[in-house]
Amino acid sequence: MGKKQAGTGPLSRRPDNSAFKQQRLPAWSPSLTAQTVLPTFYILSLVCLFLGIWLLITVENTYELKVDYTNAGTCERCFEMRKHAIHTRTTCTCSVNFYVPKTFSGDVFFYYGLRNFHQNLRRYMDSRDDTQMVGRKNNLKAPSSYCAPFDYDANGVPIAPCGAVANSMFNDSFTVRYYPTKGPEVQVPLYRKGIAWYTDKNVKFRNPPTNNTFTLQQAFEGTIRPLYWQRPVYELDDTDHNNNGFINDDLIVWMREAAFPNFKKLYGVLNRAQGPFTQGLPAGNYSVSIFYNFPVEPFRGQKELVISMVTWFGGQNYFLPIAYLVTSGLILVAAIVLTVVYVKVGKKGKNMEE
Amino acid sequence: MSFFGLDCTRKKETEVERKIRANDREYNLSFKYATNSIKTSKYNPFTFLPLNLFEQFQRIANAYFLFLLILQVIPAISSLSWFTTVVPLVLVLSVTAAKDATDDINRHRSDRKVNNRKVNVLINGKLISEKWMNVQVGDIIKLENNQFVTADLLLLSSSEPLNLIYIETAELDGETNLKVKQALTVTGDMGDNLEALAAFNGEVCCEPPNNRLDRFTGTLTFGTQKYSLDNERVLLRGCTLRNTDWCFGLVLFAGPETKLMQNCGKSTFKRTSIDRLMNVLVLFIFGLLALMCIILAVGNGIWENHAGSKFNAFLPREENIAFSAFLTFWSYIIILNTVVPISLYVSMEVIRLGNSYYINWDRNMYHARTGTPAEARTTTLNEELGQIKYIFSDKTGTLTQNIMTFNKCSINGKSYGDVIDHYSGQRLEITEEITPVDFSFNRLADPKFLFYDHSLVEAVKLELPEVHAFFRLLALCHTVMAEEKKEGDLVYQAQSPDEGALVTAARNFGFVFRSRSPETVTIEEMGIQRSYELLAILDFNNVRKRMSVIVRNPEGKLSLYCKGADTIIYERLHPSCSKLMEVTTEHLNEFAGEGLRTLVLAYKDLDEEYFSEWKQRHHESSVALEDREENLDKLYEEIEKDMMLIGATAIEDKLQDGVAQTIEQLAKAEIKIWVLTGDKQETAENIGYSCNLLREEMNDVFIVASNSPEEVRQELRDARLKMCPDTEQDKFLIPEIILGNTPKVVQDESVNGEYGLVINGHSLAYALESNVELEFLRTACMCKTVICCRVTPLQKAQVVELVKKYKKAVTLAIGDGANDVSMIKAAHIGVGISGQEGMQAVLSSDFSFAQFRFLQRLLLVHGRWSYLRMCKFLRYFFYKNFTFTFVHFWYAFFCGFSAQTVYDEGFITLYNLVYTALPVLGMSLFDQDVNAGWSLEFPQLYVPGQLSQYFSKRAFMMCALHSCYSSLVLFFVPYAAVYDTVRDDGRDGADYQSFALITQTCLTVTVCVQLGLDLSYWTVVNHLFVWGSLGMFFILTFAMYTDGLYRLRPSSFAFVGTAQNCLSQSNVWLTVALTALLCVLPVFAYRFLYTQISPTINDKVRYKVCKMKEPAPRPRRARLTRRSTRRSGYAFSHAQGYGDLVTSRRFLRRPAPARSTGFTPTGRSPGFKPTGRSAGYSPVGREQNPKQKVEPTSLQMFRAVKDSSF
Repeated sequence: MGKKQAGTGPLSRRPDNSAFKQQRLPAWSPSLTAQTVLPTFYILSLVCLFLGIWLLITVENTYELKVDYTNAGTCERCFEMRKHAIHTRTTCTCSVNFYVPKTFSGDVFFYYGLRNFHQNLRRYMDSRDDTQMVGRKNNLKAPSSYCAPFDYDANGVPIAPCGAVANSMFNDSFTVRYYPTKGPEVQVPLYRKGIAWYTDKNVKFRNPPTNNTFTLQQAFEGTIRPLYWQRPVYELDDTDHNNNGFINDDLIVWMREAAFPNFKKLYGVLNRAQGPFTQGLPAGNYSVSIFYNFPVEPFRGQKELVISMVTWFGGQNYFLPIAYLVTSGLILVAAIVLTVVYVKVGKKGKNMEE
Repeated sequence: MSFFGLDCTRKKETEVERKIRANDREYNLSFKYATNSIKTSKYNPFTFLPLNLFEQFQRIANAYFLFLLILQVIPAISSLSWFTTVVPLVLVLSVTAAKDATDDINRHRSDRKVNNRKVNVLINGKLISEKWMNVQVGDIIKLENNQFVTADLLLLSSSEPLNLIYIETAELDGETNLKVKQALTVTGDMGDNLEALAAFNGEVCCEPPNNRLDRFTGTLTFGTQKYSLDNERVLLRGCTLRNTDWCFGLVLFAGPETKLMQNCGKSTFKRTSIDRLMNVLVLFIFGLLALMCIILAVGNGIWENHAGSKFNAFLPREENIAFSAFLTFWSYIIILNTVVPISLYVSMEVIRLGNSYYINWDRNMYHARTGTPAEARTTTLNEELGQIKYIFSDKTGTLTQNIMTFNKCSINGKSYGDVIDHYSGQRLEITEEITPVDFSFNRLADPKFLFYDHSLVEAVKLELPEVHAFFRLLALCHTVMAEEKKEGDLVYQAQSPDEGALVTAARNFGFVFRSRSPETVTIEEMGIQRSYELLAILDFNNVRKRMSVIVRNPEGKLSLYCKGADTIIYERLHPSCSKLMEVTTEHLNEFAGEGLRTLVLAYKDLDEEYFSEWKQRHHESSVALEDREENLDKLYEEIEKDMMLIGATAIEDKLQDGVAQTIEQLAKAEIKIWVLTGDKQETAENIGYSCNLLREEMNDVFIVASNSPEEVRQELRDARLKMCPDTEQDKFLIPEIILGNTPKVVQDESVNGEYGLVINGHSLAYALESNVELEFLRTACMCKTVICCRVTPLQKAQVVELVKKYKKAVTLAIGDGANDVSMIKAAHIGVGISGQEGMQAVLSSDFSFAQFRFLQRLLLVHGRWSYLRMCKFLRYFFYKNFTFTFVHFWYAFFCGFSAQTVYDEGFITLYNLVYTALPVLGMSLFDQDVNAGWSLEFPQLYVPGQLSQYFSKRAFMMCALHSCYSSLVLFFVPYAAVYDTVRDDGRDGADYQSFALITQTCLTVTVCVQLGLDLSYWTVVNHLFVWGSLGMFFILTFAMYTDGLYRLRPSSFAFVGTAQNCLSQSNVWLTVALTALLCVLPVFAYRFLYTQISPTINDKVRYKVCKMKEPAPRPRRARLTRRSTRRSGYAFSHAQGYGDLVTSRRFLRRPAPARSTGFTPTGRSPGFKPTGRSAGYSPVGREQNPKQKVEPTSLQMFRAVKDSSF
């Protein structure tokens, strides 16, 4: 009734004859007929089979090696030592030997892995200040309250970077050595830069503005390093000044919190410029020596060194190929059952004709 | 609306008696009576926001979200940012507020329209045109013809003789006939003398405002005299003045205190069965939510104890474990809040609104003749239309048109009315092609009268004496009043439509009834005016079943003309007619077989001497105090004998178009139709046969007409035992455990064969008593058809309530008159027949349209679709929300029960509002399983709705299980795919943000695919919505993760870069594809299997549609004709006492000849009782059955929402 009365003719109140108003819009109305459902199932089964096989072959040729060094080799000592907080400042070095059975060809990536470390706890994840790490001057010295209790130290000096995430940064470092069958041992050269996402390195994490006269250290003046850190944030990398501060690659990698308690994070990429490593990582004996700093005993965690190849499909992960193969099989079984039912019970559609 | 309620309760306490002095505003103002401005609106611009918000937060869902919002402000609990709740809440509130605001603006507008109407008010001796709102109690106002009555008035004087006025009360009670009101002589004498009126200082003392339309008590003190006032002197607001040039009235009650407004009390708020189910489900969901949160809180406690405490070095925590678990509980309440979907209610309203518009827009429900489109007056009940199990229908005006047409007749052994084909000798079907008889030879003919048999006109023109006698009788023997404002413009006011039809037929065939005075009847016979002296009317009553007149023709010959029921007349015929009787009986059987209402006509010439002697005795008897009725009957009996048979008439009580077919369709849809009518048993039965409700081939039709509860019970039991001999006594009752207030439910019992039940009002009164009602219901429900006749409005409602109480079924009541209002309000769905004059049924209905046949479209097409859409919507909505939410639950086991969400907050905010809202809305506005043509072709498609098969507790559980499965897939597949893997460039790919994005993508894609599978009707809009929403997801995801937004607010848009880094990975897409496959294929397979193993009616029809592509053209059903031996007893829908009125001159409008001036009615008390339509509750019911008093309030629960209509 609220509508305007268009005209006053005898049919002025007659509704419009539009397809929309009369609910006669042209439409595609698919329905579940045997002619569509059964072929779909068979085809999907084939597609999944094909994908599964292809992925399986790919993954079979992707090698991965995990070296658990939590208390292996000579690290037993360091493990014990890190149990107690008093020894935090004493350094501990240890090494673990391992054997690479097959040559890792192409690019080889070195990861550190942690088990049972919950980076995904809500309060832990919230305990960071992205505004501070984007290098805003105001926020640098006024960390967000989310960082508490890692926002200010006991003297009220702001912590940079603040929060539980940064505070708990993984601080073991590795030196990997290769023992060729002939000749002397060779240190495996690693790139320690370029291991973070481009967007993280260039957008998400920025240092406070500096220039020729105003150094990074000056920029961070008035802040203090996180409680558990040995070095301040502007001195994280001795070798490369540009890798210091919030844009330090290791820090960025750590700050990208893992979704699950068992995770691995990129440590370095094999430098294939020279020596025996031009084709990748040759098979043979290796050892890794570790600056063992990160305590895992309290939370019953484990630490490992992971060496891996990647393909177009990423690292070694058997889940997807197997899942596709299983799915393919299930769909095939379903398709057969459906066909049988269609023929026997549904009587090829006769059941539908009353 | 409630404001009125408040107002009147307060007034009732304070006002005991109303005192008014005419023309004395100051005096009247001292009482602070309400002025004539009405207000139905709720808000004004200032009160809108607070009042509306207050109302909205009374809804449990909104309050719940407010509570969540408060929780989210507490930092220790807040697991989500405040905007995840605020944005949806604000959106929901503003949509509802906008709807409320438009409604209120409309109310304001109609209030204003009504308040600004103009009326002439007498102020200081002058008539001044004033707005209605400025009229005050005690004012004298002048009404003109066809004006609406401004307020409740005391009639002072009128333009008509005897201070009579005529009003139409259609707005009040739906009765379309005119009613008479009369002013007191003392005030009437003032006429239109303004000076006298201005000087009038009468004082009225009357009852306080109330809602009783049929009662008024008060006194008028004028001068020294006191006069009592009753309903007869009062004009009520809402009436219309008719046939009266002007009248003056004194305002008694104004505005909200008028009887009309007092009646517009709260309209009951109807809810659909889905609504009720939803309430239960929401409680269940709250339970589920609490359970999940408790599990997670306990989990948190264990985890904190077991692992969390070891993690203290990295994440210090001061609180103890129990407190941590407590906080976790609330945090999870916030995270998992999406199981109680806030947008659900809003979406449901939108869907219902949309589906209501389809009803308004449907051209197939538009009635061109009256120009009335269908209207969904309540927009919240649509899906209930798809679940109707019982229809309660009024008869007159609903099944029938309330038009009687003179269809056939038999004169002197010859039958007229059939059109015979000259060549084949076959009867022809009357269609539009056949030309009706041309009555142009008769300048007084009624152009609307149609007759197809030319031979009858020939017979009239040939001046066959029997034919002339036949029509002469019709023109003389009746109680119709004629009105002739212009020469030749005759209007008949017949109190029963049968009589009107007969007199009109005579008029067209050249025997025109022109006018009557108390002593004469003037007719024009073939162009010659003749005046018959009316000597006596031997009135109709239920026992006599006939009426006669005794007239003296201009030549001085005395005759008695009689018409009545065949059985009665036949007994009183002269033996010489026996041959003619045989032939006529044959014709009568034929007429009755076609469902026509028959009357037999006879006459008798009287001898002057005998008559004068008879007249003397008649006079003596009629003034006698003792045994008057008895003696009169004897006298009548004496004179009405040895009559000569003339012939018989057959009147068709015209059914509305397509009624029989509609009833057949509805019966196929397993909808039971009960006819509740105020008509007589014979008429009702007759209509039952002609519209195919009762059939000859039925095994039996039980007729219950007894006079005591025991007999009624016995008859009902006998009927039941006959239908189903081995019914056990108490098996039919199953106790209803859930929600204890409905104690038992009567189960359907299966019966072999078809039965019908006819019960009259008297028996119904007993049948509805609490100890018989179950017996009645049980028996009635076993019958295919139930017809209740002579039913009062209250009983109509009681029957509906009875079925509602013991049957878990949805009921619909359809009717057109005020007597149907109570039933329309009682039923789950009330449908009003619009387009006629009476508005009351429409005003209180939920849906209205012009023709009964539209009911099949309303139910089988709109109702079915609405139900289907709503159920699909609910199933899908719960699926998508549960799936969304359960993923959080699984993740809790991996994140130390720390209330970490799986998704990004932006996604949580937008998921329900943007990413998934439109596709499901599109589905629920456009989806159709099969199109309208097929829906009507296969009414059986309606049955699943009656059984609530599409959405029930079971369907809900299936949804929840399905969601559970989907969420497991959606969590564990991405988990396994992401776990321990890296990107193709060796960098981190298993971080939280990537995982969140992958899961989000999987979820969005999966629910979209699932929707696509559910969607059976892909219009352009659906394509747009589905693809658009999916596209929107990617666009907004990329947009939210851009550098620019991050730089703006780093803490809110921390997902910077995740989209391009993550979605560029091939294994992400393989994961998405796998989850979608795993989620959807089982459903696919299940549905296919189900259709193969036990195909439902829908599957079968769809299969057919697929094969045929286009619906077969609807077969044109031949008009249902039936041959039967049944015959209607008599066709008088007559009221007793009209004969007196006709002769009393009280009824005559136009001034009678000079000798009758100053004549004051004597004899019977002037008990002018307005009779309703024949089908209504005619006063005859009173005499027959004193128990059936209409309870006045039941008629008066009017709803005056539509102020614009008066």
